[in-house]
Amino acid sequence: MAELLAKTACEGLLPLQIAGLTLHEAKPVTMTTIAAYTGQAAALDKALKAAHGLGLPTVNGSSAASDARAIWFGRDMALLLGPEPDAGLAQYAALTDQSQGWAMMELVGDGATDVLARLCPVDLRLSQFAVGATVRTEARHMMASVTRVGEDAFMITVFRSMARTLLHDLKTAMEAWAARG
Amino acid sequence: MRIAGKGLSTQPKSVSFTFNGRHLMGQEGDTLASALLANDIHLVGRSFKYHRPRGILTAGSEEPNALVTVGHGTCQDPNQRATTQELFDGLEARSQNCWPSVEHDILALNNLAAPFFSAGFYYKTFMWPAAFWEKLYEPMIRRAAGLGALSGEADTDSYEKAYAFCDLLVIGAGPAGLMAALTAGRAGADVLLLEEDSRMGGRLLVEQEEIDGLAAVDWVEIVLAELRSMDNVRLMTRTSVTGAYDEGTYGALERVSHHLPRSHSLKGSHRPRECFWRIAAKRAVLAAGAIERPVAFRNNDRPGVMMAGAVRAYLNRWGVAPGERLTVFANNDDAHRTARDLAQAGVHLAAVIDSRHDAPDSDLFPVIKGAQVCNSSGGRQLESITVRSVRGEEKIQTDCLAMSGGWNPSVHLTCHLNARPTWQRDLLAFVPTPGAVPGLRTAGACNGAFSTHGALSEGEAAAAAALEDLGLARVAAALPQADDAPYRIAPLWAVPGKGRAWLDFQNDVTVKDVAQAADENFRSVEHMKRYTTQGMATDQGKNSNVAALAVLADVTGRSIPETGSTTFRPPFVPVAIGAMGAGAADQGFKPQRFLTSHAVAEERGASQLEVGLWYRAAYFPKPGETSWRQSCDREIMYVRNAVGICDVSTLGKIDIQGADAVRLLDFVYTNTFSTLKQGRVRYGLMLREDGFVMDDGTTARLGENHYVMTTTTAAAGEVMAHLEFVAQVLHPEWDVRFASVTEHWAQFAIAGPKARALLNGLLDQPIDGDSWPFMACGEVSVMGIKGRLFRISFSGEEAYELALPASYGDSLFRILLERAEALGGGAYGMEALNVLRIEKGFITHAEINGTVTAFDLGMQGMMSKKKDFIGKAMAARPGLIDADRMQMVGLKPVGAVKELSAGAHLFNPEDPVERIQDQGYVTSVGFSPLLGHMIGLAFLKGGAGRIGDEIRLVDHMRGIDTLCQVMEPVFYDVEGGKARG
Amino acid sequence: MRITCPHCGERDRREFYYKGAALDRPAEDAEPEAWHAYVNLRENPAGPLAELWYHEMGCGSWLTVMRNTATHEILDVRLASDAEPGAASGGKP
Repeated sequence: MAELLAKTACEGLLPLQIAGLTLHEAKPVTMTTIAAYTGQAAALDKALKAAHGLGLPTVNGSSAASDARAIWFGRDMALLLGPEPDAGLAQYAALTDQSQGWAMMELVGDGATDVLARLCPVDLRLSQFAVGATVRTEARHMMASVTRVGEDAFMITVFRSMARTLLHDLKTAMEAWAARG
Repeated sequence: MRIAGKGLSTQPKSVSFTFNGRHLMGQEGDTLASALLANDIHLVGRSFKYHRPRGILTAGSEEPNALVTVGHGTCQDPNQRATTQELFDGLEARSQNCWPSVEHDILALNNLAAPFFSAGFYYKTFMWPAAFWEKLYEPMIRRAAGLGALSGEADTDSYEKAYAFCDLLVIGAGPAGLMAALTAGRAGADVLLLEEDSRMGGRLLVEQEEIDGLAAVDWVEIVLAELRSMDNVRLMTRTSVTGAYDEGTYGALERVSHHLPRSHSLKGSHRPRECFWRIAAKRAVLAAGAIERPVAFRNNDRPGVMMAGAVRAYLNRWGVAPGERLTVFANNDDAHRTARDLAQAGVHLAAVIDSRHDAPDSDLFPVIKGAQVCNSSGGRQLESITVRSVRGEEKIQTDCLAMSGGWNPSVHLTCHLNARPTWQRDLLAFVPTPGAVPGLRTAGACNGAFSTHGALSEGEAAAAAALEDLGLARVAAALPQADDAPYRIAPLWAVPGKGRAWLDFQNDVTVKDVAQAADENFRSVEHMKRYTTQGMATDQGKNSNVAALAVLADVTGRSIPETGSTTFRPPFVPVAIGAMGAGAADQGFKPQRFLTSHAVAEERGASQLEVGLWYRAAYFPKPGETSWRQSCDREIMYVRNAVGICDVSTLGKIDIQGADAVRLLDFVYTNTFSTLKQGRVRYGLMLREDGFVMDDGTTARLGENHYVMTTTTAAAGEVMAHLEFVAQVLHPEWDVRFASVTEHWAQFAIAGPKARALLNGLLDQPIDGDSWPFMACGEVSVMGIKGRLFRISFSGEEAYELALPASYGDSLFRILLERAEALGGGAYGMEALNVLRIEKGFITHAEINGTVTAFDLGMQGMMSKKKDFIGKAMAARPGLIDADRMQMVGLKPVGAVKELSAGAHLFNPEDPVERIQDQGYVTSVGFSPLLGHMIGLAFLKGGAGRIGDEIRLVDHMRGIDTLCQVMEPVFYDVEGGKARG
Repeated sequence: MRITCPHCGERDRREFYYKGAALDRPAEDAEPEAWHAYVNLRENPAGPLAELWYHEMGCGSWLTVMRNTATHEILDVRLASDAEPGAASGGKP
């Protein structure tokens, strides 16, 4: 009997290396959006700390524990990366499994900020956008989430179905950056 | 010719290029203009209207005359300014708007017919017959009066766009800009310094001056070194700011590869030709300098007549004297510097003609005071000028006249948000009006401070004020010592006399044309501009605006401020459409969304259909099938007879949770959801607030306060925004949260009499009709993977939608197809799906077209009377429930013609086919293999009461004229027993 | 144009979707004239106007933006969910 095989959003598309820049798919993990109900943010923050060792991320920020990370993901919403969410969180927040809904790519290298300046209308320079900072913005025409995961490393997330377009847009910008020398 | 020992390059490398096919040599650092002048080439192009010989007038981006075409074929760039085109090895440039050559241009005949071509010529001459305009006059004029031509081939270059942010944007890297950047940079501000030229320094590169005891160019290098050492300062050359926009937004064009051989920027090489920047700046300093203006006199457009500041620039920066025997004509002191520099460089200077009686004297050259140049002569290059003074008229032999009518501050960007500049009488020029662009300050020559000292001091002051706004402390430093000569000028716009005296060189507008415009009562400056076309060429009047309106002021007896200026609009320099649309060509035009089943569909040769951004399989052809209809019919019968599989993941899926989730559903749907039980699905209809249908879909109740809503593919984004609108704007007190889960799930329709059998071979827990009745939903497990199952049908058969996390989509689709094929079924695509739903009278956005009400769809029963919902009040308007409205009906052909078409209109068989008799229109059609004929859905006036009537369908575009019978809009299994199993 | 989203900070207007004037929805039983005004009638001032913008490409918030229609100056931005009823329409029905 055939069995169900899982494919990641960027399977067969990545990795990509151009000059000093690399683009690869982020390690697939469980992803859950956590949207606190009215007046429950403080209780949720506490419950998150107890269950997963990290608090609710601040607006445009992220929080991390040893095996979990949470990034701010929009109005009243955080995206928990890593663990299956503790069932007890559901009394404070709407929990929604998004593990397969998003394509997550990591762009790493010296020119990563310059490359993203071709896609996103936000200031992602290190002086303005520190490690751990995150934004909801657009990458070209796509809704995106961009997080700085290192001094020269970003995680860029778009809807899964748009993985090829994000790759196309990033590759074009990476090649142009490299060609400028 | 090149003057030994002059110019900024000490040991320049030679560069070879061609101009009009001639092989020439220039040197590194040259522009095409400086290289041509070094080769004693003055004749560069022909003018727009009269095809007069034209040479190089300026040394900057304002150049109106020396426009050339660079490259050829797909790499052809017309209208490149020779004054900004940097020279590179292998550059190929040629003259334009001339035939057969720039030396012998047949259309120069226009020049002889000049009296006929005066202002308003087109408007007066080509009035009738009207039909001639498109076929004869316009093509003729376009051919005769043109700039360069496009290649007509697709652009092979790549372009880029990018965003930048800064505390302080400094526009222009002359003395004012450098000083502003230095002051702000030292204070730690995040500075972006942009310079249009390939090299920073502005006028300091072309003047013989000292700053702090150093040659100006050496001072520039020291400042640049300091700026480059600062992490908080970014420097960009070859970048023109093209426009000022709201809230500190600026557009800028970076010419990334114009200075390199074309191969560098072709698509395969990835290097962009240009990059269009959108810059968000907290504060800005405009230090754009000034543009020298010509003086209008008879035949002032002859090659060899140049701007005085440009002549000085060619001499000092590029070591080129644009003639052997020069003259200068001016109304101000600044032009005397050109004379001084030429004389000191050993170039023969015949005379300086100054219109002022109190012009300064010189030991180096003769100054003819109170005199004017009133004519020039020569063929393709200047040979002599006629000077008029108290002594009468005299001819002076000269091959280059350096003229100056004074300087116009580059106020353009300060006017982009609607402000008008202010006339400053002592400068005889417009200066920026303070506060014209919020957050932007002006400094240096663009602000009317023409001395180097003035520029440095204003640059520093503007930066200091910006620093204060930004809350940054200034680092104290002494202002560099520099020249502070006063700028003395007397009015001189046009030298009186007969003949044509040019104001706008590029559009061939003369003093006479402006006078004629005024004479014909086009006295407003904006009317004069449009009537004469002054200022409407690619230089946008940079060289001619002020003089033209001064002439207009004179002939209308008004002052210059009374006359006013025309409007400056972006872009400051021409911007290629390719740069504006950078990134949007080909795949960059819009995102492409691919399903998890896409690879399988491709393997099976499925034809793809674009549905919004999604790519969906239209049909899956089998060997031997020669038309899509064969595939479509086969796929329909899979569903009717066995089992069909279709990827329906594109439908929007919104996860809705919270204590008030159900209140929200009751409010956005016309029908009631508070009665929906857990584990059940209900169809819902949504209206816009104006009472028309917005979208439809099903919502499943998964838990106590947990729902998942499906939307149509097309309206997924719109519905999400709508739900957020209701929850945030109309009812912020409701506790409800949304999350789009469209992409998390791969969802497949499994439809047909054998659907359950197929499913039970896959599910870890088999289902039956009792545990999973029609409209049931819940969690299931497929080969150990948790998913969701919905028993809903868009085909009228017993059908299910099975959702698994998208990672399994590809694998699940393969397995489903394999199982379906074993049961005599298989995959079906959008074409079959469409026919299946038409057979059942199910609607899509072909029917929900924005003009349709629930009443029109026969769904008025779904509008609850017991609760408020979006659109309820407006949907109750009498006009929206009028029995005579167009209502949805079914159609089948009953006459000789058996074809139906979507978009066709309906008429009573006895009526003439006229718009006024229109009875309705067809929205969807398909061939039903089950019924053996075409079927359609249509909106027909009073349709609900006309079932059984005959109606005539007419489609003029496709030539279809069919007699149809009006039917109930359900063609198959009217009772719906099949879906219920 | 740049709009300062209370969550995301200052952003380019391309991230936002424009809906139109911010008006209070009439009660269910309001007169037809009130509904007609809500759906169809708009002030067209050359000056400040309260508008609804959706930060579609950002945090997903609906914003009440006070914009000067003559200059595009953004005078005030707040979350629509925080707006006082009636404040949106500037006291106009």
